[in-house]
Amino acid sequence: MTVGLLIPCYVDQFYPNAAIACLELLEKLGVTVVYPKNQTCCGQPMANSGFEHLTHGCDELFVKNFAEFDYIVAPSGSCVLHIRDHLHDEANPEKAAHISSRIYEFTSFLTDVLKVQSLPAKFPHKVGVHQSCHGQRGLHLSSMSELVAPEFSKPGSLLKMVEGIEIVHLGRTDECCGFGGTFCVVEEAVSSKMGKDRVADHLEHGAEYITGVDMSCLMHMEGILRREGSKVKVLHIAEILNGVR
Amino acid sequence: MTNELKDHAELAEIFNKDEERVDWHDETLWWIRAKRDKSVHQIPEWEALRETASQIKNNVLSNLDKYLVQFEANAKANGIIIHWAADGKEHNKIVHDILTQHGVNRMVKSKSMLTEELHLNEYLMENGIDVIDSDLGERIVQLAKEPPSHIVLPCIHKKKEEIGELFHQYLGTPAGNADPQFLTETARHHLRETFLTRKVALTGVNFAIAETGEFVVCTNEGNADMGAHLADVHIASMGFEKIIPERKHLGVFLRLLTRSATGQPITTYSSHFSKPREGEEMHIIIVDNGRSVQLGREEFRNSLKCIRCGACMNTCPVYRRSGGHSYHNAISGPIGAILAPNLDMEKYADLPFASTLCGSCSNVCPVKIDIHDQLYKWRQVIVKNGYATTAKKAGMQVMTFTLSNPAVYHTGGKIGRWVMKHAPFAVNNKLNPWYKHRDMPTPPKESFGEWYAKNRKG
Repeated sequence: MTVGLLIPCYVDQFYPNAAIACLELLEKLGVTVVYPKNQTCCGQPMANSGFEHLTHGCDELFVKNFAEFDYIVAPSGSCVLHIRDHLHDEANPEKAAHISSRIYEFTSFLTDVLKVQSLPAKFPHKVGVHQSCHGQRGLHLSSMSELVAPEFSKPGSLLKMVEGIEIVHLGRTDECCGFGGTFCVVEEAVSSKMGKDRVADHLEHGAEYITGVDMSCLMHMEGILRREGSKVKVLHIAEILNGVR
Repeated sequence: MTNELKDHAELAEIFNKDEERVDWHDETLWWIRAKRDKSVHQIPEWEALRETASQIKNNVLSNLDKYLVQFEANAKANGIIIHWAADGKEHNKIVHDILTQHGVNRMVKSKSMLTEELHLNEYLMENGIDVIDSDLGERIVQLAKEPPSHIVLPCIHKKKEEIGELFHQYLGTPAGNADPQFLTETARHHLRETFLTRKVALTGVNFAIAETGEFVVCTNEGNADMGAHLADVHIASMGFEKIIPERKHLGVFLRLLTRSATGQPITTYSSHFSKPREGEEMHIIIVDNGRSVQLGREEFRNSLKCIRCGACMNTCPVYRRSGGHSYHNAISGPIGAILAPNLDMEKYADLPFASTLCGSCSNVCPVKIDIHDQLYKWRQVIVKNGYATTAKKAGMQVMTFTLSNPAVYHTGGKIGRWVMKHAPFAVNNKLNPWYKHRDMPTPPKESFGEWYAKNRKG
């Protein structure tokens, strides 16, 4: 099985450790991983801003980069959701469809495809788990507080395999952090207030680390934590599952 | 109103200047969302109920022409007078004409967001008619000369002290008294006089039943009944999407409506109106006002399923932190943001962008409107119709160019990280909206791509 690794643009540029953890853990689990070096972005920032019609260049490049793989895996629910729902390539529709049906967010690839039962990781800390909306409500990585349905969590089931970890309970289990792509600058006031409130919930409940499947939400909360001078850190879930370097 | 000149982001920024108030507003509405959660979790078949309601409404939207005609025929047979209004202007004139025919210049009103949408109060005031909103929340915003900020909880943005002050000013209560019990009692006495002296009462409609020609109004205070029962003439205004096919379907919608709205199992009063009493009149005004256009928009038609419960507002993290007035439209929140652009795409171009697309609204919606998907789709329509702001457009074009060209992207990223490391003032300044309340990420020494080239064969 060969997996094409999709690394979101901001993770590539700002959070290489999250990407490295993802790559290393997949390799440890016996997967052949290839990182196509000409990749840039899934096109979501443009599409969510109403410019989906301008993303064809991005889409074509994406298809060129990823069509050959058995699976495509990304440490992000948001990018994966965008590709699943909105990837179009008029010249190669079947290639685009192949990608849309074979692309997985990192933790759900571990639970659903690799069916991981144990992990050799240790992380003796109090951790708050942020539910990123696109992963949770879009990709159904975990149950949602609004619905009357059985509880489950794909990322949560993996974190349970980590030795010594203590997951803290939050006041609001799945409220948005307010990042929202370009929303974070277009609606700066509401966005940062949402971020402050989300971070406060984790702090009140004693989290030493905040983790999640999407680095974008974590980047947003990190920005708030740093501004407030907090010592609490954000870590992508892949870094915890792989064992922090 | 000055709100018309500002967009959601600007109005929300003003709202956020008082952080304590934002916290209070957020927590008040979250409390209602939590009540909703508690009440729906007591119904094991909740999701099936939502699905059933959604399917009934699909049927209604696909057969509206038949159901409306059926409703009209049955209502007429019951002795109700039916009027059709293409827009607000026609609706308001019909109301005015009925008042003129009966030689009255005062009217009592209850439970109607539709008349807010159609600006009936302003129109009647200009024509010398005195309108009193009889529901407590509506009365409070009417006294404050403000529009409602929420479709179910119109004065949710007001603290009890502010309401005490308004009552002191207009109803003569003692200054500084903000006891909710006392204020409610005062409003009750004040309104009782109104009910007894008004000859014409206007109410909204929650459900209009095609099968029987009757309609149902759901209230907690009973004012709709009080108004309608004491007046000689009852006018009911309804958007044409309020139709349900049969009476038995109420068994689905009445269970969903109030649990979604406030967490109550059912409203205190679910009043069925089927015909006028002897010697009295009952009118129904069936209103289009853009609804037929929305019905024709394939991607947006199911927004007309809305039963106006307000659950999407209570759950929306953006609504809770921006307040209803920031939406500068009669219907605020996520549902307002997908309905308003249909009425005026330019004026409401900002609303579909006032969301993180978190999807919570679609999850609480009792009739399963895909609200957050429609917000995304409206963004595409608005941009294609040329209503995106210039700055945003230019930024997007640079971004699109960069991200579809790997060489430009990699060089750009490298330069960007170098700048952040060696000249942080270039990004850490007032011109960068991110930096206002958040620090920028620390730029690493190399990107993942660079690390990969060194550490893997590639």
